[in-house]
Amino acid sequence: MPNFATFGNELYSGKRSYPFVQKYKLWFIIAGAAVLLSIIIPVAKGGFNLGIDFRGGSEFTVSQTQNTDLSLGKDAVTAVEPALDPEVTNIAPNTVRIQTEQLSDDQTLAVRDGLIKAYGVKADQVTSNFVGPTWGADVTRQALWGLVVFVALAAVLMAIYFRTWKMSAAALAGMGVVMIVTAGLYSLIGFEVTPSAIIGFLTVLSYSLYDTVVVFDKVRENTADIATSTRRTFDEEVNLAINQTLVRSINTSVVGVLPVASILFIGALLLGAGTLKDLSLSLFIGIIIGTATTVFIAAPLYARLRTNEPALVQQAKKVRLRREQEAKARETAGESATA
Amino acid sequence: MARSGRNSAAKRTLIWLGVLIAVLTAALGGGVLSNQASWAPKLALDLEGGTQMILAPKVQGGGSQITSEQLDQAVEIIRQRVDGSGVAEAEISTQSGRNVIVSLPGVPDEKTRDLIQASAAMEFRPVLAAASGAAVPKESRTPEAELPKPSGKPANASDLNWITPELYQEMEARDCTDPATIAAASEEPSDPKKPMIACEPDTGQKYILGPVEVPGTDIQDASFGQVRGNQGQSLNQWAVNIEFNGEGTQTFKSVTERLFGLTGAQNQFAIVLDGTVISAPTTNAVIPDGRPQITGNFTEESARALSEQLKYGALPISFDIQSETQISATLGSEQLRMGVIAGLIGLLLVAIYSFFQYRMLGFVTIASLVVAGILTYLAIALLGWTENYRLSLAGVAGLIVAIGQTADSFIVYFERIRDELRDGRGLVSAVDNGWKRAKRTVLASKAVNLLAAVVLYFVAVGNVRGFAFTLGLTAIADLVVVFLFTHPVMMLLARTKFFGEGHRFSGLDPKRLGVVPLYRGAGRIRQPGEGTPKPRGKTAGAAAEAQRRQTIAERRAAAEKERAAAVSGRSTDKESN
Repeated sequence: MPNFATFGNELYSGKRSYPFVQKYKLWFIIAGAAVLLSIIIPVAKGGFNLGIDFRGGSEFTVSQTQNTDLSLGKDAVTAVEPALDPEVTNIAPNTVRIQTEQLSDDQTLAVRDGLIKAYGVKADQVTSNFVGPTWGADVTRQALWGLVVFVALAAVLMAIYFRTWKMSAAALAGMGVVMIVTAGLYSLIGFEVTPSAIIGFLTVLSYSLYDTVVVFDKVRENTADIATSTRRTFDEEVNLAINQTLVRSINTSVVGVLPVASILFIGALLLGAGTLKDLSLSLFIGIIIGTATTVFIAAPLYARLRTNEPALVQQAKKVRLRREQEAKARETAGESATA
Repeated sequence: MARSGRNSAAKRTLIWLGVLIAVLTAALGGGVLSNQASWAPKLALDLEGGTQMILAPKVQGGGSQITSEQLDQAVEIIRQRVDGSGVAEAEISTQSGRNVIVSLPGVPDEKTRDLIQASAAMEFRPVLAAASGAAVPKESRTPEAELPKPSGKPANASDLNWITPELYQEMEARDCTDPATIAAASEEPSDPKKPMIACEPDTGQKYILGPVEVPGTDIQDASFGQVRGNQGQSLNQWAVNIEFNGEGTQTFKSVTERLFGLTGAQNQFAIVLDGTVISAPTTNAVIPDGRPQITGNFTEESARALSEQLKYGALPISFDIQSETQISATLGSEQLRMGVIAGLIGLLLVAIYSFFQYRMLGFVTIASLVVAGILTYLAIALLGWTENYRLSLAGVAGLIVAIGQTADSFIVYFERIRDELRDGRGLVSAVDNGWKRAKRTVLASKAVNLLAAVVLYFVAVGNVRGFAFTLGLTAIADLVVVFLFTHPVMMLLARTKFFGEGHRFSGLDPKRLGVVPLYRGAGRIRQPGEGTPKPRGKTAGAAAEAQRRQTIAERRAAAEKERAAAVSGRSTDKESN
């Protein structure tokens, strides 16, 4: 891909430059709209498609069956307890999942036997799963705790490393967008929310910050001597840093997404719902959104947070002055040359 | 020579990495040879098949908080029960100090399930008769005619009329030296209103005990400490102190009043936990204030153990099943197979992509990933041996996800090297400078990763904890590899002809990176004489080394000039637009 290297060169030298910082209003409006939608959609739709871990109940999975007639599964449950209305889905080729309200131990065994007979499979091809109603709440509470602790520690870590709380704040704002938009997408498409998805979700937040740290490190480097330099304004330096790390950002998200996509592919197509699919789906969505947010939200926001600092306003003025002088000098030089 | 010094430093680092891998391999190999470890990592239930139950503790009577010591006690009791029921390879652990995870191979039957959930009762019973632990040989057992026969209804708990001939025979037959007997004792809950036979594993005694006099729930608190003499001086002897609540104080007072007057075994009372006697002290005084002290041959350790058991007795814990998953062995191995396939596909895709992006440098990425993979594999196998870490499906997912995050460290590094090349540096100094900058970025970003993994590990409940674990493990492996493998390898490669001269396929071709010739502004090309073009192709030959060294300084100076020109040129462009 020789063009990609050239692309990288042009971005590095500043010959090709995308106005990430300059067009911040557009990106912020898009992000604001996405965040707003992500809040409205779950409210309008009445929340998320919660998995069995959050609802409580019993679940059976029949794997490697030739016969995937859904009514067989329904009958196997109603034969044991006629009042139940089981939810039977074909989650992957040759895999049928049956979810019901909580069953007693005896009922569970009876339904298991019924399923084995109905689908004509061996005993070890039927898995059963039982979740108490409080388990999901437990997972959620722990996840929220994890989120709070992680955000607090990461904020401190970044503030110390970059020596400015503004980078911390911008990175966390970007992470907030990732969090809300990923959640909104889950609600919109109706993906099942399971404990695995929640953990994937938390990982996405770490990935999002990780990605931001790499870009911000370049920003830090470019703006280290901003006080004495009149080469570029602060906004321009930040924008250059984003552009210079753009190839890295693209490569990173591609390399990050490829293995996740392969788990998602295997998980969704061959295994059906489960740990692999749930984890990889939230990661897949999150990595893409996370990379985009760093470039479009976190870094421009950092520039916005600092651009009105008196010292930087002063510096921007100096840069403008120098450019005007140089332009004038060139003009006179050009005039004398043509004369 | 500076150059050879650096070369050997890089080689030394690589040797250290080799030593690290060799040591880990040797440690694991030693474990395998002594049959304690295996080369393959241990697998969790979802990959191996079996049943996993997540239990939440519930205090009987409700209300009180459960301390982690009490939970540990509860887990210890469950472990003894499950072992006693003959289920092999059961694994019981606590998680986040709140939940208990029970993993069993196969599907547990009703009885095992009940055993796991039930609370263990602690009770105080008077001793009626004591004997040494081993079963009395058949020929020397008491003949039918000489067996004790009750002469009437028992008047109190210490009354020997509780001992029926059947009970006595059962006691003689009981073998308290067999661990299975002790384990089995917990299976059948004893009736608190009836006498029972119990073993005391610590002393190897067995007892016939009267009905329950004080239930464990009457214990307010228990502690341990040194016995104090009359003047408050320490007697250098350990003791366990019990404190009863109001009701317990009253009952215990009347019990000790009775027992104090009795002799022999009847002077003793037994503290029974889950069907086994944990202590059977003699009664040396009437205890009117509900604060008995147990002394004897305690060490600090055993005094602490007993006081913790007594504390548990104050708060018997039963368990609610929060979640139960059964996975068949075939499904487990199917999931493992799929996970491995997904990982290989992911690795292949990453390899192809980095080859396209970085040419031969892509091989450095792949080699680094392989080294990181070897380190991670050894760590998981070793942890499986020493810490009983088991790889779950979520853990496998964590490993696969980590491929991308690990490769990113190399991407950051390579991009920095390219940036330095674009600034006009020679490869050797580009590698040095790029590393200095990339090192900071990699460390800072991996710190975020590690932080997330650690936090996730400590708060996560259930299976997904394994995910956080592998994520953290690979972040560490990544750091090790970047420092001990990727960087030294780059230092060595920078001195090879292929990379050093920026071969077309090296991924570091200065021409591709816009160094020579330098395109500037609207397609203008650098004028000859502004910089020295690199000797390329066959003509470069053996002279290349010396020449390159010579040109570094020149080229740097030229690059400096160009940069200044480019900057002013660019600002002109901007102004004119």
